[in-house]
Amino acid sequence: MMRVGRDVFIITLFTLVLGFVFSDWVGPYEQTILALCGINIILAVSLNLVNGFTGQFSLGHAGFMAVGAYTSAALTTLYISPEYVSGGVISHLVFVVALLVGGVSAGIVGFLVGVPSLRLRGDYLAIVTLGFGEIIRVIILNIEAIGGARGIGGIPGLTNLYWVVGVCIVSTLALHRLLKSIPGQQFMAVRDDETATLAMGLSTTRIKVRSFVFSSFLAGVAGALFAHYYQYLNPSTFTFNYSFQIVAMVVLGGMGSLSGSILSAVGLTVLLEGLRELQTITQLDLRMVLYSLILIVVMLTRPRGLLGRKEIWEYLPVSLRKGVKKSS
Amino acid sequence: MAEFIQHVINGISLGSVYALIAIGYSMVYGILQLINFAHGEVVMLSSVFGFYVAPYFLAHMDPSIGLFLVVLTVAMVGCGIVGFLIERLAYRPLRKAPRINCLITAIGVSLFIQYFTQLDFVFGAIPQSYPELMSREVYFTIAGAEVSNLQVLVLGLSFVLMVALQWIVYRTKLGKAMRAVSENTEVSALLGIPVDRVISFTFILGSVLAAAAGTLVSTMYPKVDALMGTLLGLKAFVAAVLGGIGSIPGAVLGGLVMGMAEEFTVGYLSSSFRDAIAFAILIVVLLVRPSGLLGKSRIEKV
Repeated sequence: MMRVGRDVFIITLFTLVLGFVFSDWVGPYEQTILALCGINIILAVSLNLVNGFTGQFSLGHAGFMAVGAYTSAALTTLYISPEYVSGGVISHLVFVVALLVGGVSAGIVGFLVGVPSLRLRGDYLAIVTLGFGEIIRVIILNIEAIGGARGIGGIPGLTNLYWVVGVCIVSTLALHRLLKSIPGQQFMAVRDDETATLAMGLSTTRIKVRSFVFSSFLAGVAGALFAHYYQYLNPSTFTFNYSFQIVAMVVLGGMGSLSGSILSAVGLTVLLEGLRELQTITQLDLRMVLYSLILIVVMLTRPRGLLGRKEIWEYLPVSLRKGVKKSS
Repeated sequence: MAEFIQHVINGISLGSVYALIAIGYSMVYGILQLINFAHGEVVMLSSVFGFYVAPYFLAHMDPSIGLFLVVLTVAMVGCGIVGFLIERLAYRPLRKAPRINCLITAIGVSLFIQYFTQLDFVFGAIPQSYPELMSREVYFTIAGAEVSNLQVLVLGLSFVLMVALQWIVYRTKLGKAMRAVSENTEVSALLGIPVDRVISFTFILGSVLAAAAGTLVSTMYPKVDALMGTLLGLKAFVAAVLGGIGSIPGAVLGGLVMGMAEEFTVGYLSSSFRDAIAFAILIVVLLVRPSGLLGKSRIEKV
């Protein structure tokens, strides 16, 4: 219980401090980038759970994000009268519900997609998840109630940087703790040797689906944050390209390293924004060219990503590491 | 009835294009166990080559089958080189790496080609119309259904290429080497087969077929688009899986089934499901019969 209390205290402290710094000392343009960084961190660490820690290669993460974004947006825009989402304490309570609804709906879709497709391995799983990601998008495109191809607008702007920082910390910490627990160790067992895990009497399918559902849940929450930050959703945001960008973050940071995913999510998001300026100078859209080049070069030169399977503090000298351990 | 036959004819000609692309996926998968995501982009590059080359020849020749064959040859040579380079630069360094790394690299290569082509000084992001290599005319009619000269060309060319491929794979020494490498790479190397060269050759062969498919697609639907390769590639991949990946006759059968399925979906359901049908087929096949129609199911050894 002590630990939970301490966690809550630390999370609240960090959220308030960082949220305050980000929303009051930083310009609006930088704020947008920061928010996108936070959302991408959640997406990257959650995809890392499946791709890195469970060893199942999924290429449809943007689809689950879309499910979360659209269900939460539909809830706050279409089903709840505007007076409850126009500000104040009630609107934040509503937002908590919206985040959870987004997450749970994405988790349910993740379950429905995961149960049949996680029987497959490697490349086939990659292709099938890619296919499901596209199918989700096509379905959204054809639902008129949520705007179809026009997109859905007028979503209340409930996401602020406090929310982004808070959700980001909570989800990363939750994943970190999860991976230390026995269910988390099972994910890595499946990755390291599926046959041996089966021989230990564990249901690998169940473990994989669990990982997939949890990952989809977080993607849905990230989607809900995204929807309420930009206040407008369009199916064309959630194409294969977005999934690919998240995959690039995971691969670059290291499949199986949460801190690696965080670093590369921030790095690539900032890089992408920086290149936007370059684009206005050169009139060329070099962003995706560079993205794909980074991916190829990383695979050829450092196939395990920047940090491999280790976390960043495991690279610190031992003497320093002890100090870190004690204080954490 | 005429409408039905028309759909069948259209489906077969579309399907033979898919078959040509699917063979490339299937051969590479048979040898490297790698889904060559960049294969669809090779198809796209073939159209881009044709787009740039055709005007030079059009200045001297009228649209005819001869012109088509000239452009086709140029596209085949260009794509053969591209296929060779992709294998040499991106896949060969990863020969010993885990399969997932090869997969990621393949996706990277595919997107790199796609976005590089979209740059303004290369081709641009805006679709262009493909020069007319042959004027379309109705060749003959079967029971009220029209068969155009282009469709006859597609069928004829695909047939010739497939027979040629069959000959290479089953009647030449190189083909024997290809089959040996796909059976067991290490033992082939022990027996003195130059494995790397055989793999390069497989990539070139697949890319040449893809070039034919790209030129045919652009002649039938005269449009060049830097994004056209992805969807064509994905559908052809589905065709390869449907037929049984690693099997060349399977790829042909899968291609034809895919073409028909797509044509009937557009004809009798709705054109908005045109692209979704491929994924639906893929998912059903992988769940019901993962080894495909003509594939051998292999038991994974521990």
